[in-house]
Amino acid sequence: MTAVTKGAGNTAPELILEMRGITKSFPGVTANDKVDLELFRGEVLALLGENGAGKSSLMNVLIGLYRPDAGQIFLNGKKVHIHSPKDSMELGIGMVHQNFKLVDTMTVVENVILGEKDLKLIPNMKKAAERIRSISDHYNLKVNPDKYIGQLSVGEQQRVEILKLIYRGAEILILDEPTAVLTPQESDELCNIISQMTSEGKSAIFITHKMEEVIKFSDWVRVLKKGKLVAVKKTSDTDPSDLAKMMVGREVLFNIEKMPFTPGENVLKIIKLNASDPNGIKVLDNISVTVRKHEILGIAGVAGNGQVELTEAVTGLRTSQSGEVLINGENLTNRSPIEMIRSGVSHIPSDRVAMGIVGDMSVASNLAMKGYRNKPIVSRGILRTSLILAFARRMISAFNISTPGPQTHVKFLSGGNIQKTILAREIDACGDLLVAAYPSRGLDVGATEAVRKEIVRQRDEGRAVLLVSEDLEELISISDRIAVMYGGRIIGIVDSEGCDIEKIGLMMAGIENHQQERGSRT
Amino acid sequence: MILLISSIIAITLKAGTSLVFATIGEIFTEKSGILNLGIEGIMLMSAVIAFTVSYYTGNLSAAILSAMLTGGVLSLIHAFLSITMQAQQVVSGLSITLFGTGMASFLGQTLGPETNSGYLTGLSAARLQTLTIPGLSRLPLIGPVFNQDPLTYIVLLLIPVSWFFMYKTKHGLNLRAVGENPQTADAMGINVPRIRYLYTIVGGMLAGIGGAHLSLSYTPGWTDNITGGRGWIVIALVIFSLWNPSRAIWGALLFGGINAVQFRLQASGADISSTLLNMLPYLVTIAVLVIITVWEDRKRTTGSPAALGTPYQREEK
Repeated sequence: MTAVTKGAGNTAPELILEMRGITKSFPGVTANDKVDLELFRGEVLALLGENGAGKSSLMNVLIGLYRPDAGQIFLNGKKVHIHSPKDSMELGIGMVHQNFKLVDTMTVVENVILGEKDLKLIPNMKKAAERIRSISDHYNLKVNPDKYIGQLSVGEQQRVEILKLIYRGAEILILDEPTAVLTPQESDELCNIISQMTSEGKSAIFITHKMEEVIKFSDWVRVLKKGKLVAVKKTSDTDPSDLAKMMVGREVLFNIEKMPFTPGENVLKIIKLNASDPNGIKVLDNISVTVRKHEILGIAGVAGNGQVELTEAVTGLRTSQSGEVLINGENLTNRSPIEMIRSGVSHIPSDRVAMGIVGDMSVASNLAMKGYRNKPIVSRGILRTSLILAFARRMISAFNISTPGPQTHVKFLSGGNIQKTILAREIDACGDLLVAAYPSRGLDVGATEAVRKEIVRQRDEGRAVLLVSEDLEELISISDRIAVMYGGRIIGIVDSEGCDIEKIGLMMAGIENHQQERGSRT
Repeated sequence: MILLISSIIAITLKAGTSLVFATIGEIFTEKSGILNLGIEGIMLMSAVIAFTVSYYTGNLSAAILSAMLTGGVLSLIHAFLSITMQAQQVVSGLSITLFGTGMASFLGQTLGPETNSGYLTGLSAARLQTLTIPGLSRLPLIGPVFNQDPLTYIVLLLIPVSWFFMYKTKHGLNLRAVGENPQTADAMGINVPRIRYLYTIVGGMLAGIGGAHLSLSYTPGWTDNITGGRGWIVIALVIFSLWNPSRAIWGALLFGGINAVQFRLQASGADISSTLLNMLPYLVTIAVLVIITVWEDRKRTTGSPAALGTPYQREEK
């Protein structure tokens, strides 16, 4: 059936959407820099790129959530002006956001008709439900119109979102990382739904950072990097390693000096660790790894493949279902964060503003947030402000934190200085293990270098460091070994000295590298 | 016995009318995501204004309309602070109550005639008359239901109408979406601030009618603190109704009923402290809150609007 429809039009595919020279800047960042996009009828275009590459921002421009600084949009050859999601919906462009736009306490029908144009004062719910049922049957969406959204699984909610767009006559569907929340089975079903829609002449734009999804879902792929369009390819002319190379790219490396690699005894030893998220999806799959003194173990991988979960398991923030976490030989599996802290684990969290600081408290208070439990900062239950301030002043100068003073609210500092504040606190309290997740993400060059140097210094002084980063350059330049995670597993571990960036890219795409030694070495 | 029950029903309805008006009003407001704790102040201000207008003009419609206007203006202030200025809704609402309480008391000492040295207390004015429905009012037991003032009849109609509006019309759908998930409502093309303004003002106007009913019918005249904390009971009643107008009647009947029983008990000379009985509604509130919290935990389909009390601001454009 699909083959017939696709084969029927042997003519050149019809260009339905074109974005030309889209530029969108936010204070301090250019999210999109003269990006072009073309979409053909009945085809799926994949937008590939790392976090922050500008994919979502480009789509937000298309649906009218963002106003572009420059650039034009043409729909069926005609120039259009899109100022709000309402405009784009009326033009037949709809988006399934990562955070679904659904009201939990309303039924599927109510959600579908909400805000619909020409809705009668007393909407005919039965008729709407019938139409929903027929669309659901047609595309095999398996949506029950009378259920409340809150009763549906994430996969079902996503199908409601798709149904809502079809119900309103969308011809172009934008899916923002739709598989991130799906099980593999649901993901396959989604693939079928999309291919049926395209066989009927609808088109889709698929945002992803996973190479194999590009191959599975799309006809065309456009690769974005740091806001710029870096490649346009027909999917059939490319392969995952090609895509990985384009996505990761190659850049000038920072040159950070470090002592020769002379690892000491084991500090962190993880044995066959397994963990699932509340929906039962496996996030850590049989992880075994060790980190030794004087060693930085880098964790590479495309975001969302279990790296953050791994750091959570080591810092006491995530409960594992089986396996062991040993620190200096002591079994600390599934202990609370405070127990991990007491055993000498320091943590630079991935979301520094949400988890690393209390924005409305002073730099000094934030710096004392670990030490406040111990003498002499606390004495008979009373905090000694003068000592806290003295400690803060010491940290501010040692870590070169640029702040008007120790009393300034930490939220007023720049990202780099917030990170330095966290670093100062964590390193001061650090025992043998430092866990750092995306420590330089979003920082400018100077702050990035400072953070990296500090991490290397910790390693040189004899600590073990578990470093998660999506920046391969960073991993290669400062870590000693690199473990690549994919789908919750460690797919391979390589020495960073003289490693092959393309091989790492392949592993990040889920392609196992059999030439490299697998598993951890002890 | 039948006579006793009849009289309890009659007093219950009368006592419940102002509560139901204000409760339904507050349900509309809260359904849009705005928490208005100013109800007590609004009811007091409306009561004093309604009585004053009635005293000087004798026109009851004008009295009720001016009470609605008072409620509308006060809730507009709350709407402006909490929607446009994105202020803390609890603080803004409490300010309105504190302001309203003081102001109403002040007006009660100044708006009166010089012969009463400016005081409104002790005066009598035109009051809402009982409208007896022939035939029905003679029914045993439920007869008193058909022997009430016009506002009570209106409120009895308002309950099903509000329910229908909320759950069966497009506007109700929009209203609920705004209070549950303003981001979604906005993405679906619904004007979130407009809806929040609208229903905050509507809520205030209904609370205004509730206030007017107190000084024009339930306890005709003006005394300081005429509401006796009803504005607070209303906040509890909204929770008691699980934000569903059709359930507002049960809460109001219960609270009104406790009042009525208390009257009867006092009238019959029972040896129970009235202060103790006055406490009852609040004890019930605490119990109900506990039950509802447990109930909400189990079933996630109704209850408090998810965005209640949270200001909405669209993302950067």
